[in-house]
Amino acid sequence: MSDLSYQAVMGRKNQIMKAAVGLDYDQFELEGIAFDYERMMASSKLTIQEVMEVMHSFGVGNTPLVELKNITALARRHAKPGYGARIVVKDEACNPSGSFKARRAALSVHIAKQLGYKGVITATSGNYGAAVASCCAKAGLKCIVVQECFDGRGKGQPEIIEKARKCEALGAEVIQLSVGPELFYVFLRLLEQTGYFNASLYTPFGIQGVESLGYEIALQCREQFGKDPEMVVATNAGGGNLTGTARGLLQAGCKAPVVAASVDLKGLHMASDTQFNRKSFTTGHTGFGMPFTTWPDRSDVPRSAARPLRYMQRYVTVTQGEVFYTTEMLAVLEGMERGPAGNTSLTAAFSLAQELPEDAILIVQETEYTGAGKHQNAQLAFARENGITITIGDPSAQTPGESIVLPERPAQIKAVEVDLNRLRRSFINNAFGKDIKMPDAATLAYLAEEINLPHDQTRALIEHMLEESK
Amino acid sequence: MSKKGDWVLLQNVILQPSERAPQVPEDTKQVPLKQWVKGWLTEDAEIGQEATARTRTGRVIKGTLVEEAPAYTHSFGQFIPELLKVQESIKTAMWGEEAQS
Repeated sequence: MSDLSYQAVMGRKNQIMKAAVGLDYDQFELEGIAFDYERMMASSKLTIQEVMEVMHSFGVGNTPLVELKNITALARRHAKPGYGARIVVKDEACNPSGSFKARRAALSVHIAKQLGYKGVITATSGNYGAAVASCCAKAGLKCIVVQECFDGRGKGQPEIIEKARKCEALGAEVIQLSVGPELFYVFLRLLEQTGYFNASLYTPFGIQGVESLGYEIALQCREQFGKDPEMVVATNAGGGNLTGTARGLLQAGCKAPVVAASVDLKGLHMASDTQFNRKSFTTGHTGFGMPFTTWPDRSDVPRSAARPLRYMQRYVTVTQGEVFYTTEMLAVLEGMERGPAGNTSLTAAFSLAQELPEDAILIVQETEYTGAGKHQNAQLAFARENGITITIGDPSAQTPGESIVLPERPAQIKAVEVDLNRLRRSFINNAFGKDIKMPDAATLAYLAEEINLPHDQTRALIEHMLEESK
Repeated sequence: MSKKGDWVLLQNVILQPSERAPQVPEDTKQVPLKQWVKGWLTEDAEIGQEATARTRTGRVIKGTLVEEAPAYTHSFGQFIPELLKVQESIKTAMWGEEAQS
């Protein structure tokens, strides 16, 4: 019997992962810090049409694109004359498991089945668990979902408890843990013990599944509005949502800029036991968004397929209070009751639409299901129980983990710009592991793609960083 | 006494505070890493005792029996008056005071 201690299991990480994702990541490595991203992304050997067929076979996708006319009208009142884009939402809550994550799961489970795995494991506290459970149910595979759910007192985040319920309702086994990154150790042990497939959020299969979302958006937008969208806003956490959507848009020949949006949780440490239940968003926030954008390979696979910095044109943040407010706006002005975390991008869109002319189309690329625990009322009640102050006022006057301020009026919703160059610099630092040097031509080309800048600007940025470090 | 075949919740300590990963923040290092799993008891057991259960994927797990017939108790929480106020103010901002009175 193999050694099950923390150190021993972590030491076997690479071999466990290789067996559990059916992919040898070494084949994608290039000289030095670079790797062949596009070759990795072609791992499934499926075309976008074949991906769409897989979605169809799971009853996933083909969700409606709904124009939010009242919310648009309200946004226009705060824009200069002639401005205020038409806000259109892709109602991903209509997927079988209630979120866009169904797309990510469908392709992973399809591959797992094809490769002959008997079951699938996923480590997630998010909607992805239910998505994998749902697809496994349809594919006749066993399913285990591992969640970080409770703090050290055994107090569970209501939203994560609801997600556990949903996984169980779809027939999965759920393993719940207290706070800590050692979840990964438990996850590896399970993969080794069961021999199941790792439906990681970050494999090329998962991200290719999300490409179907961007592809559908482009086709539907052309059909309904006779043109491509002028902007697409995507909630950003681990980066897969944005990456997959952007790649799907490009495959449809749509060059609309993609804007990332996250809930601002600045100051809260994601691995802190005492801060765990002081946040009212369990995903879609900067606590994941920033680290995963500036270093995607912190994920549970050697090379993450979710690389949002390659695709985002802008990155904005919104506050918890603004998202709860927008969630109410969607309910009482558009008749759509949806989960708050999924409305992060809609919140940003309300502000961003005011920068675009009236005839522009702004696509919000997701919604998610709502229910007990996973609802603004449940989250605010839980926040209040945990000593968070809830008021109505100026939403920018909030401190994550201490206060939530709901706006008094729609005009107060303001997306705050993140400096992309700061993120690019951070990415470069992480890529070099702090030992930064001027790369050779091939590595420079690789980095330029990673940070989405032309070669000369990438070179200038690195030169500037080298100059500063002297 | 819980009977063999009953649906229960077992709890385990996976890592003691002293065994926690080096990168874990100080507050998290003060508490053990705990795990909760549901399954069917393979033998009769008492709450608080070590027990064995079979999970839905057929794994056999050991742990402390902490709950019998575990139920979902999460809800929409206490009434939040601020949300009602926000809803009304949104409708007023859209449709005007008169339409709302």
